[in-house]
Amino acid sequence: MTMTMPVGTAAELGGAEAVRARTPLALAFERIRHDRMALACSIFIVLTTVAAIAAPLIAHLVGHGPDTQYLGTGLTPQGLPRPPTATFLFGTDDLGRDLLVRVVYGARISLLVGVTSSLSAMTIGVAVGVLAGYFRGITDAVLGRCIDVVLSLPFLLAAISLETVVGPSLLISILVIAFFSWAAVARIVRGQTLSIREKEFIEAARSIGTSDLRIIRVDVLPNLAAPVIVYTTLLIPASIAFEATLSYLGLGVVPPTPDWGNMLAEATGYYQVAWWFILFPGLALLAITLAFNLLGDSIRDALDPRGDSLLVALRRRR
Amino acid sequence: MSEGSPAPSGRPELLRLTDVTKYFPVGRSLVQPRGAATIRAVDGISLTVEPGQTLGIVGETGCGKSTLARCIARLYPLTSGQVVFDGLDITAMSRRDLRPVRRDLQMVFQDPFSSLNGRRRVGSIIAEPLIVHKAVPRTGLRARVQQLMEMVGLNPEHYNRFPAEFSGGQRQRIGIARALAINPKLLICDEPVSALDVSIQAQIINLLADLQAELHVGYVFIAHDLAVVEHVSDQVAVMYLGKIVETGRAEAIYQAPRHHYTAALLAAASVPDPDRAELRQAAALSGELPSPADPPSGCRFRTRCPAAQQLCSEQEPPLASTNGNADHQVACHFPLDRTEAMR
Repeated sequence: MTMTMPVGTAAELGGAEAVRARTPLALAFERIRHDRMALACSIFIVLTTVAAIAAPLIAHLVGHGPDTQYLGTGLTPQGLPRPPTATFLFGTDDLGRDLLVRVVYGARISLLVGVTSSLSAMTIGVAVGVLAGYFRGITDAVLGRCIDVVLSLPFLLAAISLETVVGPSLLISILVIAFFSWAAVARIVRGQTLSIREKEFIEAARSIGTSDLRIIRVDVLPNLAAPVIVYTTLLIPASIAFEATLSYLGLGVVPPTPDWGNMLAEATGYYQVAWWFILFPGLALLAITLAFNLLGDSIRDALDPRGDSLLVALRRRR
Repeated sequence: MSEGSPAPSGRPELLRLTDVTKYFPVGRSLVQPRGAATIRAVDGISLTVEPGQTLGIVGETGCGKSTLARCIARLYPLTSGQVVFDGLDITAMSRRDLRPVRRDLQMVFQDPFSSLNGRRRVGSIIAEPLIVHKAVPRTGLRARVQQLMEMVGLNPEHYNRFPAEFSGGQRQRIGIARALAINPKLLICDEPVSALDVSIQAQIINLLADLQAELHVGYVFIAHDLAVVEHVSDQVAVMYLGKIVETGRAEAIYQAPRHHYTAALLAAASVPDPDRAELRQAAALSGELPSPADPPSGCRFRTRCPAAQQLCSEQEPPLASTNGNADHQVACHFPLDRTEAMR
């Protein structure tokens, strides 16, 4: 009944006036806007996203399809990849395909898998973590053991076995990555929830007669926003790298669909004669994961000015 | 609901506690599911509050005052005993059944910082009970919130601000506005001023007193400072280690305390009253509060009592009326004499 009502906001009180006070999130956003590193990373991520979305347009402009083999122009007489030229800006791969177009198409897969699997992992992780932390007791015991089990699985081994059994596909990759990522989120969220639920305002909500679901929605979740945003931003590059790993091992996206992971796998046999073949997909992967990581770190600094710096954050994530 | 139910004494009652206990197991583990020890935070407390009246509960930190408050508000399940509120036995009510009861039974918390969600705007915080209990139609929420803010002395234009923009005293006013939003019959104030500056304390106490006169709301007012309680209370109960050691009309307690603990507390309080200055002669309390997990035998206060004798360690004194005054009860084998106390 009360569940269907929106969260109590200024709008609920009929107030459409200018916001005088800024929320902690608004303040953090303000800090990020003045952070050059974060700004640069955001711009790079946006550009990559635009390029990924406009991949067919880029292919059209260049005049090369992502899977088309240019056996005449794209390969040397010896049948080796061609270095970057005016026709093939990033050079070609071993089958005479345009690397630029393939790298741009690869960004689609990386971003799609990275973002969707991170968001799913976040959703599951927040749900499990909040339930475990808020209700404690048996709920916590059961969910906590599930978290422990998932965290103790050797994820690469389990992922490889699973993909071998079910067969590689994009959807399976997303599901596998989400499955192995939610537990870490859940653990963090559970800890945060445990500390939030001890705050007096939760007790105040109880004394008012607020239902558990409304307390979670109105009082717990908004207080989890900061750690969840930070962790999700840091989860995206991890998922991108995870997806590339799976594809590199031939378990993610099936060729000939271009993907940074399987491009790197194809390039391993040619790196001595065709540096561009391994450089561009590798650089793309490095740049996007780095951008997300640095951005995540900036967001964290912005949300918690007392937090520790980049190096500590990176070390903790591994 | 009726305005209090007739009590055995014939006076209307808003709240009646009968022999309420709350034990917390400590050191619970797989091997010891019942816990290694039991903290007897509240150990057999009976009291009543009349409609529109104030019961002050005083005691040292750790004597179980806040636990008692949470037992009355049914934020904790009781270990045993009975809580009757407004003629309704709420002792074993489920959270669902308690919801309508909470319309009439609200609470103000000690910490004005942690008791307000910093991520919500003040208007939304104050409106929460109105929304939860659907007390006011949506369109009327803002008007009601602003009316409440004005009532507790806040600028109603500030409803769109965040708690962090207010001072401690103002934040406590927000907490009071929230608790009074749905016109409760009883307000449980759990040390509402102990986290505030002394100058602000008086403002909040005066506000609470004014609101009581205006709204005819009953208070259970908890504090560790007797002087604070004196201003607002009709009845006072002094707690020591989970038990009431002395209870009576406020004047009686302050003019002629009968329990040595009450006398010691009064002596420790800074009371600017020359008539009572002599009470300061009473020995200041020495020693620490004994552990509620392992209270002393017999009278719980005997370890720190200047008048303790053999009997005190053997028999627990019952809370009984003294001097033929049914209202003034004390749990002591050797209570202070009225004349002695006034000497």
